[in-house]
This record gives sequence, C-alpha cells and structure tokens, in this order.
Amino acid sequence: MTATAEREAAAAPLPRPAWGRHLVAVAVLAVVLVPLPLVLPAAQQSVAVRVLVFAILAIGWNVMSGFGGMFSFGHAAYFGLGAYVSVWLLVERGISPWIGMLVGMVVAGAFAALIGFLALRYRLKGAYFALATFAFAEMLRLIAINSDLVNRAVGYNVPLRSEPSWAYMQFEPGSANYFWIALALTVVALVVTILFLRSRQGRFTVAVRDDEDAAAALGIPVMRTKLITIALSGAITSVAGTFYVQYYFFVDPDVAFGNSVSIQAILPAVIGGVATIWGPVIGAAVLGPLNDVTATVLRNPPPALDFLQGRAGLDVVLYALLLILIVLLLPQGVYGAIRDRVQRRRAGRRPA
Amino acid sequence: MTRPTTAHGAPAEDGGAVTAADPATDTPVAATGGRAWWRGAVGRTALVLLLAVLAVALAYWRSGSGVVVSQAVVTGILIGGVYGLVAMGLTLIFGVLDIVNFAHGAFLAVALYVTVEMTGRFGVHPYLALLVAVPVMFLLGAAVQRGILSFSIGQPLENQLLITLGLALLIDNLLLLVFGPNPRSVALPGDSGVEILGAVATVSRLLAFGVALVLAALLYLLLQRTRLGTAIRAVAANDTGAQLVGIDTRRIYMLTFAIGTACAGAAGVLVSPLVTIEPTTGELFNIIAFVVVVLGGMGNVVGALVGGLLIGLTEQLGALYLPGQSPLLAVFVVFVLVLFLRPQGLFGSKA
Repeated sequence: MTATAEREAAAAPLPRPAWGRHLVAVAVLAVVLVPLPLVLPAAQQSVAVRVLVFAILAIGWNVMSGFGGMFSFGHAAYFGLGAYVSVWLLVERGISPWIGMLVGMVVAGAFAALIGFLALRYRLKGAYFALATFAFAEMLRLIAINSDLVNRAVGYNVPLRSEPSWAYMQFEPGSANYFWIALALTVVALVVTILFLRSRQGRFTVAVRDDEDAAAALGIPVMRTKLITIALSGAITSVAGTFYVQYYFFVDPDVAFGNSVSIQAILPAVIGGVATIWGPVIGAAVLGPLNDVTATVLRNPPPALDFLQGRAGLDVVLYALLLILIVLLLPQGVYGAIRDRVQRRRAGRRPA
Repeated sequence: MTRPTTAHGAPAEDGGAVTAADPATDTPVAATGGRAWWRGAVGRTALVLLLAVLAVALAYWRSGSGVVVSQAVVTGILIGGVYGLVAMGLTLIFGVLDIVNFAHGAFLAVALYVTVEMTGRFGVHPYLALLVAVPVMFLLGAAVQRGILSFSIGQPLENQLLITLGLALLIDNLLLLVFGPNPRSVALPGDSGVEILGAVATVSRLLAFGVALVLAALLYLLLQRTRLGTAIRAVAANDTGAQLVGIDTRRIYMLTFAIGTACAGAAGVLVSPLVTIEPTTGELFNIIAFVVVVLGGMGNVVGALVGGLLIGLTEQLGALYLPGQSPLLAVFVVFVLVLFLRPQGLFGSKA
C-alpha cells in the first residue's frame, strides 16, 4: 500500500488521484488474500472475517463522512437495516439472504436519503447533523425493541439448514467460504467507492464537500449530490449488516442498531485515514485483531495486572486510547500521514 | 405527541429580535432591542406552559386516571431537575469551549462509582459523597481539558467530537474493567414515600430535585455575580475580545470545563439512589443531556434547566401516550423535531 501511496504521490503537485492504480491495488490485495483461509487456523480466520466486516462498515461511513464531509454518528441505522431486512425476509418469508442483501441495500439507502433529506432540508450542520443521525439510529433501536413485527428485544436467530448452501449463504462453521464472501464484498465495496469517486457524480460529491457555494455556482445540484452520496454510503454499510447476521447467526436490536455499531463504523476510518480509499481497510486491520489480543491477555494476565483476570473492556480502552492519540497526533490517520510524508519527500526532492 | 409536535412551533420568526430567556447567559448574542426580546420570551414561555397543560390534559384523557397523570408529572418534574443540572454543565462547556462533549455522561458515571465506593466501603451517607465527588470531578475535568482537549483547540469540530467520544469509551470501559459489569445500587437511609398531589415521590427524588435546583442557582449566581463568571461569559461571547481585555482564556477554558464536569459529578451523586449503577449508566444521561441542551439552546444555562424539566415531563408523559414503547422514544421524537424546526432551541437566538 505504501507503494501505491508513493506512485500516487508521484502525480503531485497537481494531485490528480490515480484511481486506476487504486483499482490495481485492490486487485492485488484480493489475489494475495484469497489463499489466506487455507493458511490460517480457524480462530484467526474468524478474526480475519471480523476485520473485513469492520472494513465494509467503515468504507460505507467514509463515503458519506469522509468524501462527502457530512459527519454521521448514526451508521448503526444502515447496518441494522441491512441486518434486519435480510433476516426478516429469511426467517419470515424464506427468502435467500442474497436477495435480502439487495433489498436491505435499497431500504438502507432510501432511509439514509430520507434522513439526509430532512437533515439537509432543515440545514443541520456539524454537531447538529451528527446528533440528528444519532437520534435516528437510536429511534430505530427503540422501535425494534418494542415491535412485535421483529420479535422485540429477542431478535432473530438464523435458522440452521441441514446442509451447506451457497444460495442461502450458509456453510459449516469455520468454512473458508465465509471469508471469501466477506473478501468479495469488501472488494466490491472498494471498487464501487473508487468508481464512484472517479465518476462525474463522485467529483460533484468532493466539490460540494470542499466548497458548497462554489459548487452550487457551477451548477452542481448540491442537494441531489449529497443525497446520492448518503444513499450510497447507507447501502454499502447495510451489506456489512446482512453479512454479519449470516456469519454470526444472530441479531438483536442492540447488536444491529446499538451506538457501538456507529462507533465501529467511525473508528477504522479515523484511525486509518478519513477520506482516503485505504484508510478504512488499514484501520480495520489494526482494530479487528485487537479484540482477540486483549481477550488473551485478560485470560492470563501478567502478574502486575492480576486483578484484571476475567474482566472485559480492555479492548475498548485500547481502541479509545488509539482514537484519542490518532486524532491528536495524526489527524490524517495512518494512511494519510504516510501519504503526506511521502508526498513531502517527493516535493522536497523535486526542484522548486 | 401533541406537546412535542407543537412545542417547537414557538414563534421563531418574530421579527428577528429573538433572544434568550436571559440575554446575559445566552452566550453568543448580547441583548438586542429589550422590548421585542421580552415579548418574544414571555410569549414563548406562555406557549410552552400552555402546551405543557395541554399535554397533561391529553395524558389524562388517554389514561383516564388522575393519579397516573399526577404521578407522571411529579416524577417527570423531579427527575427533570436533575436532567437540568447535567445539561447545565454540558451547555456551559458548549457555550464557552464550543465542544460537543460526548464524555459528559461518562463523568457522571465516575461520580456514581465514587458514591458506590464511599457508601459501600466507608458507610457514609450517599449525599456526603458530594463533598468528594464534586472536587474530584472538578479536578478530573480540569486535567482532561488541559491534558487532552486543549491540544485540539482550533481543529475541526469533528476532531473534538471524536476525542470526547474516545474519552467516553475510555472512561466507560475503565469503569467496566475495574468494577465489572454487575449492577450496583446505593440506598439512601430513611428513604420513604411522600405524597404530593395524590402522587407518591420518594424522599431521594425530592432531595435530588431540591439539591439540583440549589446547585443550579449557585451556578447561575457564579456566572452572573462573580468576576470568574463575568470572565466566562466574556470568553463565551467573544474569546478574542476577552483576551484583548486581559482575560486568560486558557485558564477560563480549563475552569469552565472543570465546572461543567463538576455539575455532572454532582448530578451523579444525586441520582445514585435512583438508578441502577452500571458502567454504561452515564450514556443514557448523556443522550438526555444532549436533547435538553438542544431544547434549551446550546450555550444557554437557564434554558438547560427549563429544558431539563420539559424533557423529564416528556419522558414520563410519553410513556402514557405510547404505552409499550420505551419512554426514550418520545424524548427522541421531541429531539428530532426541535433539531429540525428550532435548532437554536426554545430560548435560543437565531445564530
């Protein structure tokens, strides 16, 4: 990835993003990762799947809040809709989660656009916008908890099938297929993001983020651009929700719409680098395994930390510290910091 | 849902001279045109009162029982006073430092655990924990502001938001790590029921309400009558200007954050006998405090207290309107409507 950054930086000082190279990098990454489940032990494989779920969540968040510049604190809404729509269709109607995924994307995208429309129509900005997105996610959670339609607080268990089935996205526990599906979804999410940013519509998105008035003056339909960005972001995030339920076989209102999901959508992107293609992926790769490392430490703590035996929470403490430190010291995130450094060095080498 | 749907419908467009209920505490805007402002404020207060009466009447009609409604009103107002205290700290921080503080509830949770430990280990009366929790939270707030937040001044709003979010996660999970997930509780000695207007309120609720009001009044006096308060209001109104007249803004930032955190600490002690104490208990108060702050107008200390009472009522009456739903749902509906239709708050000025 550093190599990509360098090559991209070579295009500076007129930073014309090298989308083609990003696409090549995605392809390379995919090819490198495909054999991974054949090498990894089962426990590590579930970590790898979690990293990919994190990544899809954060890629979705990044479209709206990074490239679109509209800070969302409620992406749990779209994750949860993706989860609930697909599992409802599966359990109550026997419809394949693949179709559920598509329906979930449409529902989440539409809901995102609706929230976006309301928030933008009433000109909410900054903190107010973030609080509004948060409020909608919480409302969905509260409604789900008290609705008979979706089993109230109990949630859903995915019904087990007698034999593995691609059509129903269900395989024996620990099957490498789960990893490959997650990888494929992540790759698609990345490619869609790259193609979107490369498209005319995507350039509108960035233009509107950078200067709304100037964009409007150039005839860019500001509202429509923002809504398209928000809908795409919601749709990508919902995919993570659908896959999550099929992988973990379970969903309830807190798992789907809880505040911590919104935070998990933000963290990888911020740690890796907001508004960069690779930021969410890098952030997810950092955060995903942390959970298991701390769980191992807490099971057999070193003597100095003996009193923590069997306690939970250390992983989030580390996430939180990492978040604070990154925001204070590397506000561009890991990828952004590396890219800036490389660019600066290139610029220094080049005669002014 | 009558009250919520119309509560925001206060005259927002009354001639542009809309200011706070108390222009001196409403941070960004000085008093403009006294009479027009008065008319706006009085009109809006009257409207809010009218809506509250209507809401109560509707609740009576829905439930058909006077006792149920008066119980909801009494409980709502009593807990509303505490919400007001929590929100006053939050709104003060927002008004002066321009920070949307997601860690406010986490600070409250720290105070809850201070109370648990003091009553559990040393057997002291829960309210005596105020003497420890408030100074401790003041110092913690000062340390957090000076040690962490002061480095992010001038950065984009998102960064500050992310830092306070990180702080909230950090504090909540440190509490989880140290105290474990098991719920705790604090018992107030001699806590019994008292009858008010046909409703029963516990002594602990009455005391929490009374002490919260006293503390709110003290905070108000501090802001209005002391040199420090004047300096805080000056920084809130215009920090560059305040610096030019010789105010040490760095110090004011630190003290304001510390005072705001101390409010959360005091509220934490006061609610300790009323809630189940878990590491995440603070989150709920954080959410409610946000709603209250937006309702009262961000940065408006008096508005926060009024907003607290209104949200306390909304929560309780909402449970009557939407039986079977979480009382928080009504709070969020009000929140979203206020955000959309009157983001400057009931008593805020148009920014």
